Amino acid sequence: MTSSNDKTVTLPAGADPPLVTGNLGFHDITQLVSYHTEKRPPSAWYMAIAVSSTLLCILLIMIAYLVWNGIGVWGNNNPVGWGWPIVNFVFWVGIGHAGTLISAILFLFRQKWRTAINRSAEAMTLFAVICALLFPTIHVGRIWVIYWTLPIPNQMEMWPQFKSPLLWDVFAVSVYFIVSLIFWYVGLVPDLATLRDRARNALRRRVTGFFALGWTGANRHWRNYEKTYLLLAALATPLVLSVHSVVSFDFAISIIPGWHTTIFPPYFVAGAIFSGFAMVMTLLILARKIYGIQNIITMDHLEKMAIIILLTGTMVGFAYITEFFIAWYSQVEYEQYAFLNRATGPYAWAYWTMMSCNLLFPQFFWIKRLRRSIPFLFITSIVVNIGMWFERFVITVISLHRDFLPSSWDYFNPTIVDVLTLAGSFGLFLTLFLIFLRYLPMVAIAEVKMVLPESDPHFYDKHESEEH
Amino acid sequence: MLKKIIQQIKATMGVYESRADGVYGLLAEYSNPGTLIDAARKVHAAGFRHFDTHTPFPIHGMDRAMGLGQSKVGYITLIGGLCGLGLATWLQWWTSAVDYPLNISGKPFFAIEPSIPIMFELTVLLSALFAVGGMFLLNGLPRPYNPLFYSRAFTRASDDAFFLHIAASDKNFDLEETESMLREAGAKAVEVIHDHGYSELHKA
Repeated sequence: MTSSNDKTVTLPAGADPPLVTGNLGFHDITQLVSYHTEKRPPSAWYMAIAVSSTLLCILLIMIAYLVWNGIGVWGNNNPVGWGWPIVNFVFWVGIGHAGTLISAILFLFRQKWRTAINRSAEAMTLFAVICALLFPTIHVGRIWVIYWTLPIPNQMEMWPQFKSPLLWDVFAVSVYFIVSLIFWYVGLVPDLATLRDRARNALRRRVTGFFALGWTGANRHWRNYEKTYLLLAALATPLVLSVHSVVSFDFAISIIPGWHTTIFPPYFVAGAIFSGFAMVMTLLILARKIYGIQNIITMDHLEKMAIIILLTGTMVGFAYITEFFIAWYSQVEYEQYAFLNRATGPYAWAYWTMMSCNLLFPQFFWIKRLRRSIPFLFITSIVVNIGMWFERFVITVISLHRDFLPSSWDYFNPTIVDVLTLAGSFGLFLTLFLIFLRYLPMVAIAEVKMVLPESDPHFYDKHESEEH
Repeated sequence: MLKKIIQQIKATMGVYESRADGVYGLLAEYSNPGTLIDAARKVHAAGFRHFDTHTPFPIHGMDRAMGLGQSKVGYITLIGGLCGLGLATWLQWWTSAVDYPLNISGKPFFAIEPSIPIMFELTVLLSALFAVGGMFLLNGLPRPYNPLFYSRAFTRASDDAFFLHIAASDKNFDLEETESMLREAGAKAVEVIHDHGYSELHKA
């Protein structure tokens, strides 16, 4: 096609290894990424969607059952007013942090390796935030009046209470969802134009053409587009850090021992990035293998994600230990008891599961060989997310089950509805992700082309001068 | 007069008028980003202003080669951010201190400190919406009809081909001379783009 495709790239000694391996040209990247959306999906995809849509049906049944009967069908009891639904909410919001972190913060830091994984990570973010928004919505009990959380003029002449962290949360998570959605869509526009231009049948051309908005890759357009992308990244960066900070205010602004700590915002954000990267890794290890895009999402990408998991896992572990130190140092009896009870009380099993999954297990990533071992990465990414679910369980349930008054202490047991709703939320998440893999380019085609050395106009000056 | 101004604004978006005979412009294909940027430099130096390059990804240095200045999206985003901040401040103050004051533990009806999270969120939300809306507005998108889509070769502009398009509305445009200039600048192929939609409209 173009002469650039025939050129083999010779790298000077000591240069960084290429981000795209296998000597792919511009057309190869277009082909490799877009043809998965054009042909029949692999049989693994059909099996996966069968399982995930079954789980999704279970979720819908559980929600219907819940709405009909009220939230008494869950294990929530008197001291533990926030049970699994809030644990699941914080869990899913946390997972939803990796995508925008990869697309915004790594963009501002000029981390070019992000281009291979940002599209799928952003999609994952959106779907995780959808799951997250579901839980507080059904947790209010009377779902049909959920709009009361928004400042809509009404016949009661009442407004939401803007001084409540729970309301901040409504705004923080909704704004995060909207901004992530438009960031993702803006990134998709040039790639949708690629799909439109490749479309063979009229329906496909119309649908992709509608969403591509008539994009022609004009430089006058790229100029505004790149500026907008930079601005969105700059806006999304504080937003990512704020979302989980605001979620942590739900806890930190109350006076429950174990919740009322100033370390919560940074500690929640680190945990969110930790779990988000683990989920990206779980999904991408499978997707790159099944779709054969190992040359675009390379071993180096996985290793870089493993390093971020190691870093954030250690930060989270440090926060766990700091909480104990502060409880002792504060000399507050209730605070000290809350933490001793975590480690040695009736929920010690949950606490030590959390500690070993989140603090100990990622430490194996100090060893380079394990960072580059696919089976080990896959297992660790799942272990980390189990650990992070338990972290939210530890914070929510253990802090509540023994509060100031021993007469109201109780033990929390989930019901089958709790368990099936959590399983069903995975069904919702995976179904959406599989539909994304089927119909949209899972790698940002235009952005990956930009990291090829052939995309730089000066690449050609050098070659010409070498030839003469 | 007004028509002229509208045409000029549209030209900044890359939307050009076709000539009365239905010619929209000349589309030249170049083999790589390096030759394309040289060609753009030459076309700009020759006095052309109604031209654009079409590439599968943004090419660094092209704005300078085409003689384009800074994008204006930043100002639009700033306006959005200020609107968001103003809206959040007004909303929280008016609902809790004017329309329906609620005394909670004797706390002030309105204070800056608990209002900061919502102020931040709405600032970011409106900035982002204005940035994206402004980008589409400045780019003249969505644009479902574009005469360039009549070209078969142009489908590769989103894949691996590098195009330069000079619009017939440019005052220096001349079918033969402009074509030979594009070829001298190293074009692999040059194609005349006809605005079929426009000519059919005028036939009827």
